[in-house]
Amino acid sequence: MTETSYRTGPDEKGLFGQFGGQFVAETLMPLINALAAEYEKAKSDPAFLEELAYFQRDYIGRASPLYFAERLTAHFGGAKIFLKREDLNHTGAHKINNCIGQILLARRMGKQRIIAETGAGMHGVATATVAARFGMQCVVYMGTTDIDRQQANVFRMKLLGAEVIPVVAGTGTLKDAMNEALRDWVTNVETTFYLIGTAAGPHPYPAMVRDFQSVIGNEVRAQILEKEGRLPDSLVACIGGGSNAIGLFHPFLDDASVQIVGVEAAGHGIDTGKHAASMAGGAPGVLHGNRTFLLQDEDGQITDAHSISAGLDYPGVGPEHAWLHEIKRVEYVPITDHEALQAFHHCCRLEGIIPALESSHALAEAFKRAPKLPKDHLMVINLSGRGDKDMQTVMHHMQDKLEKHA
Amino acid sequence: MSRLQRRFAELKQANRAALVTFVTAGDPDYAASLAILKGLPEAGADVIELGMPFTDPMADGPAIQLANIRALGGKQNMVKTLQMVREFRTGNQDTPLVLMGYYNPIYAYGVARFIADAKAAGVDGLIVVDLPPEHNDELCDPAQAAGLDFIRLTTPTTDDQRLPVVLAGSSGFVYYVSVAGVTGAGAATLAHVEQAVARLRRHTDLPVCIGFGIRSPEHAASVARLADGVVVGSALVDRIAKAASKEQAVGDVLGLCRELAEGVRGARR
Repeated sequence: MTETSYRTGPDEKGLFGQFGGQFVAETLMPLINALAAEYEKAKSDPAFLEELAYFQRDYIGRASPLYFAERLTAHFGGAKIFLKREDLNHTGAHKINNCIGQILLARRMGKQRIIAETGAGMHGVATATVAARFGMQCVVYMGTTDIDRQQANVFRMKLLGAEVIPVVAGTGTLKDAMNEALRDWVTNVETTFYLIGTAAGPHPYPAMVRDFQSVIGNEVRAQILEKEGRLPDSLVACIGGGSNAIGLFHPFLDDASVQIVGVEAAGHGIDTGKHAASMAGGAPGVLHGNRTFLLQDEDGQITDAHSISAGLDYPGVGPEHAWLHEIKRVEYVPITDHEALQAFHHCCRLEGIIPALESSHALAEAFKRAPKLPKDHLMVINLSGRGDKDMQTVMHHMQDKLEKHA
Repeated sequence: MSRLQRRFAELKQANRAALVTFVTAGDPDYAASLAILKGLPEAGADVIELGMPFTDPMADGPAIQLANIRALGGKQNMVKTLQMVREFRTGNQDTPLVLMGYYNPIYAYGVARFIADAKAAGVDGLIVVDLPPEHNDELCDPAQAAGLDFIRLTTPTTDDQRLPVVLAGSSGFVYYVSVAGVTGAGAATLAHVEQAVARLRRHTDLPVCIGFGIRSPEHAASVARLADGVVVGSALVDRIAKAASKEQAVGDVLGLCRELAEGVRGARR
């Protein structure tokens, strides 16, 4: 008898259990099928893989270090804490791993125009970066709320030659940017490649993005074996769409001894309704090409997400996470804005590392667990991005706090 | 014979194309929307598409996005949309009515419950933008088994290899999206429409209706010479957006419908 593997999905219809699929307008179907076919060819083409490896090494700067966080470990007095330093990648987050992979595919398919949606702006910057590197036209859709809180990233995208189109619709956040990107795609389907930033959307995107991000988990595996001679006991990563998390988790899904924890953004708290935790506070539904957990009302209308971190401010989650949640292979927990900010400060002061607010959610959950765990427990946290982009948000928050206490 | 089959057979007999009108249920509010719905057949609509509002209409342009926002702002939901169809059917047994929208509100309502309630309310068919044939088992198959037509969108990107797959699950009519794009955007050339209709006719005996970017009676007339039906949506919905009052919205939509009907009915004379 062979053991069940959690690593074989999706099936030929793009489904992970009941989640995933290809819920898109007919106009896009032929292109999505062509993309799936091309990706199948590319991933077993040695030339493609060699080029991908080249750019990962010499352009992104991989492998990213697995750093033993000695001071955080001492402070919490329990588990041995390691940080996977995706913040040290070119452009400052894990997003570039996926962008490099997809732009190589876009080039294979003869597309010259790249579109993307962005929330915090990290995916927009990473997309603008690779578009510049490969000499392609780049259009990034970004909600007006996110533009306001991520000015520096908007400027970076423009410096890199991208056109940033503000999206007013809805709440002006990631979901609305994705709608607008889909509208662009449906209009310019012949010339345009949609470079989706997270492990969500219609098949093959969730699987493709996961594969490009799995370099994170594959490196962690080799690095921890080298440092500690054994696999980690637990993995912790934050989830918006969930690309950094699935990238870390996927290579370990079949290792039963590895406890895996995904951290959703609970905003002001799940019971306030102002959050972005689609698994803790949502229900299965269909949006943006896939079936997954969504924040929605009882009539199936999508409700607004809230998180202090723009990158987690999305009312859905990648379908593979929805499935891993349903079958309980991965534990998903919520962390509030407040808890994330506390963890942010700990990381700054104790390790001299300014983490992204997204990654701070993972840190917060890890810091809750670490003190209760034995000293030989090996815990790996995905530090998915750096916090430079969040200076304005954190500054505002600290000012608010000072004023309240004055 | 279904209501859609009967209507298209009558029109074929009369040698004219169908005017297919789209409005969103609950736009600008329930009462005005119902008044529009009830007035459409008399104003010349041969087939009615009624939009089920959704927060994230990914394949729609600004006009229909705003219609969705207005309807949801007035607390329109699936229960009210089906109620509206029931009220329409008390006064009209002949005009086919097709519900159009996105899958999630149907999924949340419950597929089996939706099919039963839609059928009981007098709905004739469904157009669900984000359910391609790859997902026929979700709604298309059970809806057809219950006697609801499932109308497929075909597009300029649907190639000859894929077309049979798309048409296999189609009934009622075939909706040809004449431009790759969102609703209300640019229009296709007549040459393109003619070619597309010819291609579709090689693959199906179903009536072919053309939509996307058709705004004026003249334009509707020119398409009506080539196809079995002409779909107008954004132009009608725009009249609601521009109206100064709800009464005016009703009057203006029905007014444009009359003009469009005149264009379509005069096209082949």
